[in-house]
Amino acid sequence: MATAKEVEALEAAAIPAGATVAAPAAVTRTAQPRRPWAVGLSAFVPGLGSLALGRVTPGAWILVGWAIALVTLAISREDVARTLDQGRLDDWVALVTLAVSVVGLWIWGILDVAVTATRPVRRVGVSQWRLAGRRFRKNRLAMAGLAIMVLLYWLTLLAPYLTPYDPNFQGNIVLDRYLRPSAEHLLGTDKFGRDVLSRILYGARISLTIGFLSVAISVTLGTLLGAVAGYFRGWVDTAIARFIDMMLSIPRLILVLVVIALFRPEIWIVIVVLGFTGWEGTARIVRGQFLQLREQEFVQASRALGYGDARIILRHILPNTLAPIIVIATLGIGTTILLEAALSFLGLGVQPPTASWGSMVNDGRDAMITAWWISTFPGLAIVLTVVSFNLLGDGLRDALDPRLRG
Amino acid sequence: MIAYLGKRLLQAVPILIGASTIIFFLMHAAPGDPTSIYLGNPNIDARVIEQMRENLGLDQPVHIQYVKWISSFLQGEFGYSFSQKRPIADILKDTIPNTLVLSGVALAIIFILGIVIGTVQAVRQYSWGDNLATALAFFFYSMPSFWFGLMLILLFSYKLQWLPASQMTSVNYEFMSGSAQLTDRLKHLLMPAIALGVGGAASVARYMRSGMLEQVRQDYVRTARAKGLSEGKVIFKHAMRNALIPVITLLGLFLPFLMAGSVLIETVFAWPGMGRTIVTAIFQRDYPVVLATAFVISVMVILGNLIADMLYSIVDPRIRVEEGEGA
Repeated sequence: MATAKEVEALEAAAIPAGATVAAPAAVTRTAQPRRPWAVGLSAFVPGLGSLALGRVTPGAWILVGWAIALVTLAISREDVARTLDQGRLDDWVALVTLAVSVVGLWIWGILDVAVTATRPVRRVGVSQWRLAGRRFRKNRLAMAGLAIMVLLYWLTLLAPYLTPYDPNFQGNIVLDRYLRPSAEHLLGTDKFGRDVLSRILYGARISLTIGFLSVAISVTLGTLLGAVAGYFRGWVDTAIARFIDMMLSIPRLILVLVVIALFRPEIWIVIVVLGFTGWEGTARIVRGQFLQLREQEFVQASRALGYGDARIILRHILPNTLAPIIVIATLGIGTTILLEAALSFLGLGVQPPTASWGSMVNDGRDAMITAWWISTFPGLAIVLTVVSFNLLGDGLRDALDPRLRG
Repeated sequence: MIAYLGKRLLQAVPILIGASTIIFFLMHAAPGDPTSIYLGNPNIDARVIEQMRENLGLDQPVHIQYVKWISSFLQGEFGYSFSQKRPIADILKDTIPNTLVLSGVALAIIFILGIVIGTVQAVRQYSWGDNLATALAFFFYSMPSFWFGLMLILLFSYKLQWLPASQMTSVNYEFMSGSAQLTDRLKHLLMPAIALGVGGAASVARYMRSGMLEQVRQDYVRTARAKGLSEGKVIFKHAMRNALIPVITLLGLFLPFLMAGSVLIETVFAWPGMGRTIVTAIFQRDYPVVLATAFVISVMVILGNLIADMLYSIVDPRIRVEEGEGA
């Protein structure tokens, strides 16, 4: 029987690694004196106080965000009135988003000044996540990716307010079709006289929703299978590895095409099919991590304490594999958005008249000579989105595991 | 070497059978069968459909159909296309070479362009050219190939009118002289191959750049420089050879990428290959063609991976030893 002391030592060893790093006197930042006038300034115009105190980067972000939010509010006065009057769910979501962003930026602006002034000198250790966060914030490209991504999600939520036209509204079929980009239609109109900009903004919903949900499915599935394979090894591992080999020998697009062609091309089917095909990479990486980690002392300690397999997998090993999972998920969203665009382009994704970037590119094909803008702009939207996710993913990889830097 | 290859080949067989099993059972999970397009057609009697199902073997249990299907596929019997009214083997005979030409040229573009650009980038690290190439690579890597293909068509076919927008040959191809025929083919090949390969070239350049940067820091490169070799020799004969090894493994990665990409690029450029066949067949509900094409594509991916493994074991003999020990 283990004595109480031994158990205690084992418990200590069983704390998942990566929780904290004992580093004495890690932070040398000295407290700045409180500046009430700066807080006041930020309460008046968010971000101004931070700028005045010399915190340029957060100050600029807050100020720009505030300006964008205000401009949006000014533009969409009528939409707000309509929301309060009729109240479609779409409109309410947009209104809440707008309100939350205005209030949130305000609070951030005030906190940024107030908290900087009163932040105590830290004497405790710095966690791995905090260290990664610092490395990430220093990476300007990654921050740009994050900013674009946040902006994109924001735009999709606000789409009903920002779009000057209904995305499926067909104008006068003679007068309004194939209009060049102009002040009235910033990105022109398509063959049914629909506003391209409005359709792109609504199309972002499809891409971002499918990207996010499919990756959530595939990463969960991949993590589960990878964890089981790496932890139990033996025939389970062999079976899963062979299955992965088989799945990888059919190109993902072909597999997805075949499956979707067999069922109906509908948004939920697309999400599920994309989710059930992209998990192989995650599974392989998680498996490798588990193979390594299961031999380490903290796992042995957990076993000695009599913890069950499920608990060891979920509470002790899995938290240590989160970093690569987060990275692969972020990069996976970019790939999935490209794949969804390809499906819609072929006409096997989301069906018309719902706007989707891939199908918009396809719509413009029969009028490339006369109306180049129909295909061009949705494609640019895809590129911008995928670039931002890739920048974010690369930045996260560099921040979370500097050894992987390529 | 032979033993290693034999082992690899043996491993490929169950993967191939497994992959085709996945495809087969997907097809069977789907509602309806190939005869369902005739259902509800007033000109066709229910008994005729029953007879068709019997002829196609669709009335038998799934496992018997599966065994029959797999044995006939392994003998190269792919069945009959409903939409094109001819044996699928004939369709494949026409389309496979076209797809191979397109992906072969794209593969060459991927590796030649990627290796050259990556090497130059590493030699001139942090120059404006390096930064520009990195940014461009990022851009191309994140770009949908079908959209890039359309943009190429827009620019070079419609605006500048330099290159043809679609098909493999011009309409009057048959009346051209031998050399004119060749240039005509090359002209038609150029844009699709670039559209298909540029994304891959971007990622090869990324790998090559970081691989080269890692090699030029090694001691043996310092030794080469110290003994007075010219910079060109140091880079191309010493560092580059070692940096190429990991890049070769990418070959296996690019085959599924090329096969999937050719589905889109062949659709955009009306290239008569397997990719376009599968898309057309899907819309015509011609399941046997879809099945057969997907099967052939899987076979090509598996074979390609075998070739990549072989190349890798030739350039890096350490791999064979490690594999032999059972990693």
